[in-house]
Amino acid sequence: MNAPLKLWQNPGGLALPAHKETSTQQASRSLSAHQQAPLRIPLLQHAGLKAEAQVQAGEKVYKGQVLARSQGYTALPIHASTSGVITGIEQHPIPHPSGLTDDCLILEPDGDDDWGTQRLPAWPHYTEQNEESLRARIAEAGIVGLGGAVFPTAIKLNVRPEIPVSHLILNGAECEPYISCDDQLMQERAADIIVGAQIMLHILASHAPPSGQTCLVGIEDNKPAAIQAMQAAVKMSGDTRIQIISLPTRYPNGGERQLIHTLTGREVPSAGRPADIGVICHNVATARAIYRAVVLGEPLIDRYVTVTGPGVRHPQNFSVPFGLPISALIEQAGGYTDVAERLLMGGPMMGITLANANIPVVKATNCILLDRAFPQHTVMPCIRCGQCAQVCPASLLPQQLYWHARARDVEQAEKYHVMDCIECGCCEVVCPSHIPLVDYYRFAKDEIKAQREAQQKAAIARERYEMRQARLERLERERAEKLAKHKQALQDKAANKANTASDQNSDKNSKQDAIQAALERAKAKKAQQAQSKPTSPHKQDAS
Amino acid sequence: MLLALLVVGGLALVFGLLLAYAAHRYKVEGDPLVEQLDQCLPQTQCGQCTFPGCRPYAEAIAKGEADINQCPPGGEDTIEALADLMGVEPKPLNAEHGESEEEALVALIDEQTCIGCTLCIQACPVDAIVGAAKHMHTVIADECTGCKLCLPPCPVDCIAMIPAQRGPVDWQWPYPVYTFNITNTHNTTERAA
Repeated sequence: MNAPLKLWQNPGGLALPAHKETSTQQASRSLSAHQQAPLRIPLLQHAGLKAEAQVQAGEKVYKGQVLARSQGYTALPIHASTSGVITGIEQHPIPHPSGLTDDCLILEPDGDDDWGTQRLPAWPHYTEQNEESLRARIAEAGIVGLGGAVFPTAIKLNVRPEIPVSHLILNGAECEPYISCDDQLMQERAADIIVGAQIMLHILASHAPPSGQTCLVGIEDNKPAAIQAMQAAVKMSGDTRIQIISLPTRYPNGGERQLIHTLTGREVPSAGRPADIGVICHNVATARAIYRAVVLGEPLIDRYVTVTGPGVRHPQNFSVPFGLPISALIEQAGGYTDVAERLLMGGPMMGITLANANIPVVKATNCILLDRAFPQHTVMPCIRCGQCAQVCPASLLPQQLYWHARARDVEQAEKYHVMDCIECGCCEVVCPSHIPLVDYYRFAKDEIKAQREAQQKAAIARERYEMRQARLERLERERAEKLAKHKQALQDKAANKANTASDQNSDKNSKQDAIQAALERAKAKKAQQAQSKPTSPHKQDAS
Repeated sequence: MLLALLVVGGLALVFGLLLAYAAHRYKVEGDPLVEQLDQCLPQTQCGQCTFPGCRPYAEAIAKGEADINQCPPGGEDTIEALADLMGVEPKPLNAEHGESEEEALVALIDEQTCIGCTLCIQACPVDAIVGAAKHMHTVIADECTGCKLCLPPCPVDCIAMIPAQRGPVDWQWPYPVYTFNITNTHNTTERAA
């Protein structure tokens, strides 16, 4: 095929033990929704506007039916994972670092898994569709980035009109330890992923530079089976635009910015998007979801989830409908072992700790990790060793960020680009003082975001206040004008009266004339009535 | 001697005219300082500073008629920003004007009790209350600045200030809390494993 691609070295990063082989020893298993009743489907599942329920309690829903949606640029619908009855909407803990509860629809499955009439029309010949209708379909199917960021895929497929898209990158790196859902997906559904990539290339075709578009699929070299399967699928498809690239295994090479740099040598600008440098990057699982949404007409209602870690008896991958409780997955994986102490959603580096297993699987759930108890570290003061700066994949100065965040000086942290931190956790791993660095960065980032929001809100309040002031002034002015007018009218009237008084003599004649005329008119009328009396008695009666 | 006087006087005249022209040509409309001060203020329009809104307060500060420590909703950050702009030392909040709130509040109208008198609508500085005479009123929570100006005019006391709703979307990562040299099992430090 093509000449071997030059790979670029990323700064920083770590070689971590992968722990992936345990969960990829057997084929993935599909869990059906009705094994565990009921399903709890959170209304907040993606990075964007929360959806609003479109169904009533007691309503019968079909598989794939839209349960919730809202209007807005970042809004996406949520679909029923299976057929059944909506029994209510309640506050239930959702997988979120806050541990807070949020609105969840409760779906009691009927076991039929019936699509009913709710399925989107299948488009096996997707090339007949234009790019806008394909983007609309991807949004309508509720597809989000399945790598973990859950950002709406249709928006991420948007291009800048002035910047041609030279590369479509599929992210199959899966660099975080333990997680193997993308690995398994590539082994088992390689052909689907390739079609998904072709659909995306079709969408992006009109924005190709003259030199043509390529699709690079980056896979870390610790997944030889996945690389092989994907290469075979590309060969089968005969598509020369798609290249499977084996990447060196190093955490966090699977980060979007890191992967783009590795494959193209281009850096996504701070606060920019990959589209700014002519690259569109999607996860392999997202590509498969696009294939299913477009070619089969199936919305995003399930995903591959890895259940792994020393705390689970039989680590493996499942295809899980959304809304299933995590406890059901653990049960299917043989249950807990004695060392199970901590439950995480995601990997050991970036995952979030969950309070219990009675939390539903959502679009963002790529991995359920049951880990040993946290090693008992003593947090010591920073000794300025600088190891964190050496491993930072974003080339930041973690130490400086730490000092400023610790002092709650978020403006200064922002100057040191804390917003470019990808929260990979490398600095924390190497820190000899075991300082929870990422927690400080997360605090600083959220504080900066909150301040920006407050500023926006203040700007709106200022505008509303000024509008109100302007309105009050206008009303006051109008009132004054009206008053002045009224006054003027009164004055005019008074003046008229005075005029009349002074002109009374001249008026008298005209008045007498008018009286005379009226008298004459009355006389004439009377005469007329007297004449017509005998001829038209009815008229008389009527009058 | 005369020549020198004439030359210097002439130069002064020329430059004077030039400056006069420049002052006229590049005249700044309004007072930029007021604009900058207004940017620092929280825009709650609550009037706790004794001025009828944030902009009047900014104007008063610019004129030197008001002190920089009269804004309770802005708190310390606002005082610092104002001090920075005015070139003075920051000082603690003047307690006469009230205390800064721990958390953001929004007004909530008890719609059962509301009699539809429209007094709160007239009091709201940012038009965040909707309703009509003898019809129920309601607060647009997103637009409410929490100024509490709607509370006193209400004849039936049906308005309450409640903490602004905080769901997972606007939840913030807390400041990490741990102690040096003490074994830490705080869950947020687990990623270091």
